[in-house]
Amino acid sequence: MKSRYLIIIGLVVLAFAPQVLPTFQVALLNYIGLYALVVLGLVLLTGVGGMTSFGQAAFVGLGAYSTAYLTTTEQLPGWLAWSAGSPWIGLLIGLILTAAVALFLGALTLKLSGHYLPLGTIAWGISLYYLFGTMSSMGGHTGISGLPSLSLFGVVLDKGEKIYYLIWAILMFAVWVTSNLLNSREGRAIRALKGGQLMAESMGVNTFRSKMIIFLISALFAGISGWLYAHTQRFVNPTPFGLSMGIDYLFMALIGGVGSVWGALLGAGILTMLKQWLQDWLPLIMGGDGQYEAIVLGLLIVFMMHRSPGGIWPLLVKLAPASWRNQNHLKIAPSAKSLTRRDLPEKGQLILEACNVTRRFGGLVANNQMNLQLHAGEILALIGPNGAGKSTMFNQLSAVDTPSDGEVLFLDQSLKGKTSREVAHMGMSRTFQHVKLLTTMTVLENVALGTHMRGNKGIISSALHAERTEEQRLLKEAEYQLERVGLGDHLYTEAGSLSLGQQRILEIARALCADPCVLLLDEPAAGLRHKEKQALAELLKKLKKEGLAILLVEHDMDFVMNLADRIVVMEFGEKIAEGLPEEIQTNPAVLEAYLGGAE
Amino acid sequence: MNFQIATLLGQDGLTNGAIYALLALSILLVFTVTRILLIPLGEFVTFGALTMAAMQMGKAPNIEWLLLGLALIDCALDLYQYLKHRAESKKLKVIALKLSYVAIMIGLLNQLPLSEIPMALQVVLTLCLIVPIGPIMYRLFFQPLAEAPALVLLIVSIALHVSMVGIGLLLFGPEGARTEPFSDSNFRLGSVMLKSQTLWVILVSIVLIVTLFIAFERTLYGKALRATAVNRMGARLQGISPIFAGKATFALAAFIGSASGILIAPITTLYYDSGFIISLKGFVGAIIGGLVSYPLAAFGAIAVGMIEAFSMFWASSYKEIIVFTLIIPFLIWRSMNSHNVEDEE
Repeated sequence: MKSRYLIIIGLVVLAFAPQVLPTFQVALLNYIGLYALVVLGLVLLTGVGGMTSFGQAAFVGLGAYSTAYLTTTEQLPGWLAWSAGSPWIGLLIGLILTAAVALFLGALTLKLSGHYLPLGTIAWGISLYYLFGTMSSMGGHTGISGLPSLSLFGVVLDKGEKIYYLIWAILMFAVWVTSNLLNSREGRAIRALKGGQLMAESMGVNTFRSKMIIFLISALFAGISGWLYAHTQRFVNPTPFGLSMGIDYLFMALIGGVGSVWGALLGAGILTMLKQWLQDWLPLIMGGDGQYEAIVLGLLIVFMMHRSPGGIWPLLVKLAPASWRNQNHLKIAPSAKSLTRRDLPEKGQLILEACNVTRRFGGLVANNQMNLQLHAGEILALIGPNGAGKSTMFNQLSAVDTPSDGEVLFLDQSLKGKTSREVAHMGMSRTFQHVKLLTTMTVLENVALGTHMRGNKGIISSALHAERTEEQRLLKEAEYQLERVGLGDHLYTEAGSLSLGQQRILEIARALCADPCVLLLDEPAAGLRHKEKQALAELLKKLKKEGLAILLVEHDMDFVMNLADRIVVMEFGEKIAEGLPEEIQTNPAVLEAYLGGAE
Repeated sequence: MNFQIATLLGQDGLTNGAIYALLALSILLVFTVTRILLIPLGEFVTFGALTMAAMQMGKAPNIEWLLLGLALIDCALDLYQYLKHRAESKKLKVIALKLSYVAIMIGLLNQLPLSEIPMALQVVLTLCLIVPIGPIMYRLFFQPLAEAPALVLLIVSIALHVSMVGIGLLLFGPEGARTEPFSDSNFRLGSVMLKSQTLWVILVSIVLIVTLFIAFERTLYGKALRATAVNRMGARLQGISPIFAGKATFALAAFIGSASGILIAPITTLYYDSGFIISLKGFVGAIIGGLVSYPLAAFGAIAVGMIEAFSMFWASSYKEIIVFTLIIPFLIWRSMNSHNVEDEE
């Protein structure tokens, strides 16, 4: 726990800094704190969620202008008159406004993929900036001056050394809240946004909701920063809320390390100091009074992107001795109660049924009039040569894709129009042919993502870590499933460092964590060694005995023949045979499909 | 608003729209071939305009030093690679060629009476100075990142933009500049007064667009670039070098950017940092085209120019806000049509 001591030392240093540093340095520290708060939101948004925003400065502006308008305007419109003069009401209204704007912009832009999102943020960032400059009630380009100082418990925070404590206290609280959030059930869903959205949806995560949450949080952090800024400066004008500041915020995040909360502090600190230093020295070297620091900064960022796209924080972590590094394992209390399980359907009951499913891609018929039934307590194998349409069929069954004709019934309900998330909530769980893991998260965290639907504590209790009992129960379930599949020794290993076979097994543990009544496995035995295959077969048999319905798509004939109760064989998108393993082995149509005709 | 004003605004809109269309096309070109959103395109516009202006004032434009600096770094890297890999001696010839090109350019700039030579020659010189910066930029900053995630490319692009604005200030100073119009005469068409520069802009834009179209439809190199845009890996397997494709598109973008700058310099006063907003409007056009469709992007860009011109009349202080909120309906339309969940990279 050395990192905890480091944090305490850091806090002590922070507490005494204004007593010993000259006013100018304290002002710089204030700026660093204000910037870091915005950058923290960007770490959440860009580093964790994979969404790039150049528009954060506009949110800072919303926070700053709201309080500036409310605290300085002599005669507010009637419906706002009650709020005049108090910065705290200014904060509240600013945050409500920021949240409303963020909700609106988020609803518009967050569903966009790829480059539309950053371009969209540039567009609304610019629009809001010009809006600040053109509205005459906001002082136009000259801005608003004469804002009151904040006062807290009777102390007037009218000097840099005083408001310093408020800024840094809020920042530290934000860091605490953010790391709590990331280390929770909701946080795992958020961390899955980058590269695991398809998988997360099939584990019952509403990815759009997760995106919106971090977008809102980052906007609110920016709004608070703007409020603090306005009352520190006691003056606002549009300049610090323009696009170039939005770019600077993103640069800070990238310099510090966009993947870690401490990267936000580091990046804000480095960029602020560097700018200061360059502004002091460059004119001496180059002559003139131009803003040449932009040239150096830009090139520096380019250099960083070439050499260390992850930022400086990861480099520091690498430099630190191994014993210092965060050994902060998730602890699982043995006393945690296990989760309640759903009632499984009775054995033999029909669970999943494909009725005349046809799927066409243009002229290609990938599935033609496919019928199959899966019952509780049964293992059904779907086999066929390459290109037979098994994967397409698998997609129809798991609601990833919708049939062109016919329908799939799951527990007597049609899957038409249902998303994979809804199907997951109904009790279907699956693995992927191409393993979908979050490679930098631990095995335990990956599997715990599977328990997402079994918890219900929300963002606020996650952020305050008020959901620890539930979290313990979820983690215990994940640990139990991992032990069950034989990965009990690898709880804290990075998932990406497992062998491919182990990764497939991990996916099964994750699927089991969702407490399903039907399990769809896409080539679970591929890449497994002989012993591992045997263990997997044992596990699947045990699950079958418990009453689960299991469907597997598989190539390994030995594995299938010894395990499956019934087998469906496909070729050219159609079912050519169905029956017990012995029947299939001697079925002439199957032999021809696999070995070619006798002629 | 009467007919007279409407035609004036329409001309303005069309002129700006034509420029935005040119920029939108080069943004699309660079994006589809290299996955890079070329944010610094606007700086090529200002560099082009300000270089012209410097020449007309009889000064050797400082951009020669930027070209010299970049070319030296480029050649140093070439030389390093030659020594390291013992590549064929062709490489040395290329280095010599590059250096002598720069030397000739600098010589010409310092010997010719720049303000007295015909304007066409000034244009050619400006283009010869700026276009090589494009491919060198690709080689130095983007070529090593060819496989990097889209976010990294975007950040590098933005960072280069920031640097280039600073360089613009260093090279051209904070004063704005306007150049002489290509020709002085105005035309009268019925009761409508046509500004000759407007005609120039529209004419040159059409010629450029048609030339590009023919080049991409009919020539082998054009087809190679199109192939790269459709399928990067596939094109590579067919022997199309991605490095060539990157350099070629960057050269084209630098050409179109600086040409646009030269075209609008007689109409608007440009400052070292004016390029960003201009290229962003090109981006709005490109977004309207869905970042894939050339005709839609050109159409969108012209619409941007028109809306800008007319909002100047009705609500001049809200001009920029109106233009940039213009993309919101298109973003909504996009997000309604986008597929449910996609995993990126």
